[in-house]
Amino acid sequence: MNVTQRYRFIYKPLVFAAGLAPLVWLVCGAFGWLGASLGADPVKKLEHECGKTALNFLLLTLAVTPTRNLLGLPQLLRLRRMLGLFAFFYVVVHFTVYLVLDLELNFATLGADIAKRPYITIGFTALLLLIPLAATSTNGMMRRLGRRWTSLHRLVYVIAILGVWHFYWQVKRDVREPLIYAGVLALLLLYRLVRARAAASTRARLTSRSGSATAPERT
Amino acid sequence: MPTRVPRIAPSEITPPEVYFSRRALLAGALASGVSALAHASRVPAPGEPLNYTRNEKLSVSEAPNKYEEITTYNNFYEFGTDKEDPSENARSLHTSPWSVSVDGEAEVRGTFTLEDILKGQSLEERIYRFRCVEAWSLVVPWVGFPLSSLVTRFKPTSRAKYVEFTTLYDLHQMPGERVPVLNWPYVEGLRMDEAMHPLTLMVVGLYGRVLPNQDGAPLRLIVPWKYGFKSIKSIVKIRFTDTQPRTAWNVATPHEYGFYANVNPQVDHPRWSQASERRIGAPFLAARRPTLPFNGYAAEVASLYQGMDLRRYF
Repeated sequence: MNVTQRYRFIYKPLVFAAGLAPLVWLVCGAFGWLGASLGADPVKKLEHECGKTALNFLLLTLAVTPTRNLLGLPQLLRLRRMLGLFAFFYVVVHFTVYLVLDLELNFATLGADIAKRPYITIGFTALLLLIPLAATSTNGMMRRLGRRWTSLHRLVYVIAILGVWHFYWQVKRDVREPLIYAGVLALLLLYRLVRARAAASTRARLTSRSGSATAPERT
Repeated sequence: MPTRVPRIAPSEITPPEVYFSRRALLAGALASGVSALAHASRVPAPGEPLNYTRNEKLSVSEAPNKYEEITTYNNFYEFGTDKEDPSENARSLHTSPWSVSVDGEAEVRGTFTLEDILKGQSLEERIYRFRCVEAWSLVVPWVGFPLSSLVTRFKPTSRAKYVEFTTLYDLHQMPGERVPVLNWPYVEGLRMDEAMHPLTLMVVGLYGRVLPNQDGAPLRLIVPWKYGFKSIKSIVKIRFTDTQPRTAWNVATPHEYGFYANVNPQVDHPRWSQASERRIGAPFLAARRPTLPFNGYAAEVASLYQGMDLRRYF
């Protein structure tokens, strides 16, 4: 098998199965199958677990680029779209559980929550921002958008910050877990910042060498 | 859905040393006559049945939550901050022997064993609503006695304006106290008139049995018209003061948790609404219900706060 076949027939199906595993576990818990249980408040458990799973996939998506660079595995990029779509999927389930099972379809409360409660406002914003990314995740859209696709998908940095912030703000008092998420996100973003700086200075050096000696240095 | 098969938690299985000490106790009681057994001052262990009468008048008619729900969905940060943590970790708490120290503006002060505290109190069952500040609620059949009947025994002086309660502080028995989420030990307090109100209950049991550790054994407070965090658990200290006690959640986040903490659907928590609540254990899509002023006890307690701005004194 060549690399393409290995990804198509082995790695991608494995990632797909792993992506569905949290959902399968939650469904088992909801129905009491296989000894799984969601505890005394299944609605909150579903809501929180879907939210955290979405954040996990978001961070995994952001971890693809550093991992492929650091381990020298450029093929890893082939898994990124699926990870990102799983993040979107769990965000949608998270929101659906909140709207249907928690608020019991009370749209007045939904409106009040989004308008009045900052942690819900930013969570909802993150959900809205994810929609164009999911919609433009196909090969066709990538081709059609060209360079603009990359600019658009930089939104994921904003979304990840909003998502972790949303988690941090809804916790009552014990912020240890959201702080771990914030730490991992900070590392992933810092990596990009450092890389961008390094790339910019390399470009500047190349420009000054190949171009005129008076070319302005880029920072 | 949680399984309905009753499971015996490891904490409910009698450890051999207790088992054998019971035999010794029984033998001793038999030796000194049956009457000794009848008046045994021994406090029953968690899960043992209690003698009580049901107080229908002060009970709500709503169906109580299942024992399993009340004992596995707990906020008791001394054993961890997840709802399941207390039921998993609270067996490290030893409730016997237990003593309570009484201090401050009272004529009778000192350290009392739990047996002393319970002496002469007749236990009653009261089914109360329980509303957490996190906007979920339960209906619980507590067993206890009015706090007022305990307070009068200590003869508080005219300077006593408040009662302050303190939870056990013991890093081995309560490992959650190693984590600085709150300023340990947990402290709560009531105004004297709130403490003397007939609805305010000192609780020692649940569903007719001795309170399990995760629900605040061996002695906890229940103030049904206030958010759950006022109802302090595993009490080791009672102090009468002339100044308002510095209560744990109020110290931690004063703009989110007030001293009074009366259930009030009109005053939101800064981060979430208090207008409605979800009843634990209720069927899917039928769990959310409007929150009632003073948790449905307005007729009994609203007069305590007459003329007070409840938005300011939240």
